[in-house]
Amino acid sequence: MIEVKNIIKAYGNNRVLDDVSLNIQKGKITSFIGPNGAGKSTLLSIISRLIDKDFGHIFIEGKELDQWDTNELAKKIAILKQFNHINIRLTVRDLVSFGRFPYSKGKLTEEDWKHVDEAIEYMKLKDIEHKYLDQLSGGQRQRAYIAMVIAQDTDYILLDEPLNNLDMKHSVEIMKTLRRLVDEKGKTVIIVIHDINFASCYSDQIVVLCNGKVFEKGGADEILREEILEQVYDLEFCIQDINNNRICVYY
Amino acid sequence: MKVKSKLLFLSILLVILAVLYLTWGLNPNNWDYALPRRIAKVVSILLVGSSIAFSTTLFQTITNNRILTPSVLGLDSLYMFIQTFVVFVFGSALLIQFGKYFNFMLSIGLMIIFSVLLFKFFFRKEGNTIFSLLLFGVILGTFFQSLTSFMQVLMDPNEFFVVQNRMFASFNNINTDILYIAILGVLVTLAYIFRYTRELDVVSLGRDSAINLGVEYTSFVKRMFIVIAILVSISTALVGPITFLGLLVVNINRQFLNTYKHKYLIPGSMLLGSIMLIGGQLIAERILNFKTPISVIINFIGGVYFIYLILKEGRFS
Repeated sequence: MIEVKNIIKAYGNNRVLDDVSLNIQKGKITSFIGPNGAGKSTLLSIISRLIDKDFGHIFIEGKELDQWDTNELAKKIAILKQFNHINIRLTVRDLVSFGRFPYSKGKLTEEDWKHVDEAIEYMKLKDIEHKYLDQLSGGQRQRAYIAMVIAQDTDYILLDEPLNNLDMKHSVEIMKTLRRLVDEKGKTVIIVIHDINFASCYSDQIVVLCNGKVFEKGGADEILREEILEQVYDLEFCIQDINNNRICVYY
Repeated sequence: MKVKSKLLFLSILLVILAVLYLTWGLNPNNWDYALPRRIAKVVSILLVGSSIAFSTTLFQTITNNRILTPSVLGLDSLYMFIQTFVVFVFGSALLIQFGKYFNFMLSIGLMIIFSVLLFKFFFRKEGNTIFSLLLFGVILGTFFQSLTSFMQVLMDPNEFFVVQNRMFASFNNINTDILYIAILGVLVTLAYIFRYTRELDVVSLGRDSAINLGVEYTSFVKRMFIVIAILVSISTALVGPITFLGLLVVNINRQFLNTYKHKYLIPGSMLLGSIMLIGGQLIAERILNFKTPISVIINFIGGVYFIYLILKEGRFS
């Protein structure tokens, strides 16, 4: 379990996160939603030690974040940010094999290659595994990065807007893969996502952030209500049950 | 061609050029005079070429940028400043008393302190862009250059002579005093870095990915910064600043080897840097008959290439 306690983060006088506390359960998909600038990405980065918090505590499996050895933590928790532009030429397979770095420090064993192959298979990248990243489409590249995170074989997988720049088909594929990771492999997935309907259909828990505070949290049926979303997004919402999913229309 | 055979090819080319440089125009009459001097020169050129290429490779990896070099950030101007500062404060008499290594070691020490400060100031903060880093580097370089000339104007003319001797080192006037310690410096840093080539591979994925994969990013980059400071000190002390060599070498090297592995990139860049310098020196000395200094040739080609790279980067972003 990941426990977030009283996290505060400020840039200048602007409190991006203001006393945020929440628990993230194991073996579930948790989605962070909220308007731009609500602090979703910042919270994700703080949980994954990419940026420092100003105050508060993060406990990962009962142990405080600062107490973790960073290499051990890399076997526990993986983060994928939304901007992944790199200026070195890598093939898909090279990239995925980087995921094994916490285990083998770059000298990959047979066991490591097995994980790499599995991850490539899992993300259906077998036919393009020897292509260079700069030859791929946005969706393929995103899948390659997710494959790297899968090869890292961590209990917790944190993704910052994994559906960014993807079309509907690829978005659905990615979300189904995440669902499978949780259901089949028992992973815990935490995502920042803008599309509320995707969050509603695929996540177990939704956390609504607004102005650096946790506005509401709960299952899709508790969160997808007009009175909550209208307040957060300042838009008119129409929410209905379609095929047992809460779907909202706000266009 | 595989990466290893490419490296072999570069090594052979380097040996050929070095032998050519050593033996061109040599005859039994000038043998005793010329050969030891030429050997010292070849060794210095190898050291300079390697340390510039090596430091630039590291620098581009930790900044994730292919148009930056330590000299664009003004690190060699900083070295020049420190040299002048040391003479200015301690006086040349005291420096001579302490021996020829003292000044160099003191300068390296100050370089390390400065670069750690620079690192703290710049790399700890989140969200600093490459453009502000470039701007910062240009300002810093000019600032140190101005301070250097300011101090030289104030100096006693005799002291200034000492500084001048060090400042205007070039390939035709190599500061051979520190040759041995420079060799030691390059070998030690190389041995140190070769334990971390895989970490460097990971760091070239970017800060976030490196942290995600369990690299102690801040302390790692800080250590790399120190290594860069040492290497820049060595090359600048030997022959003075050559702004664009590193940029030229490292980019050509990446294109030629076409790998992301620092295990190959580092030796490749060192070989290529040495090849370019020895080749350039051969052209400058034997073909152009010393009429054009090699740094002018390199800075001309490098400058054009730099503009090309900036235009190319601009198109993609």
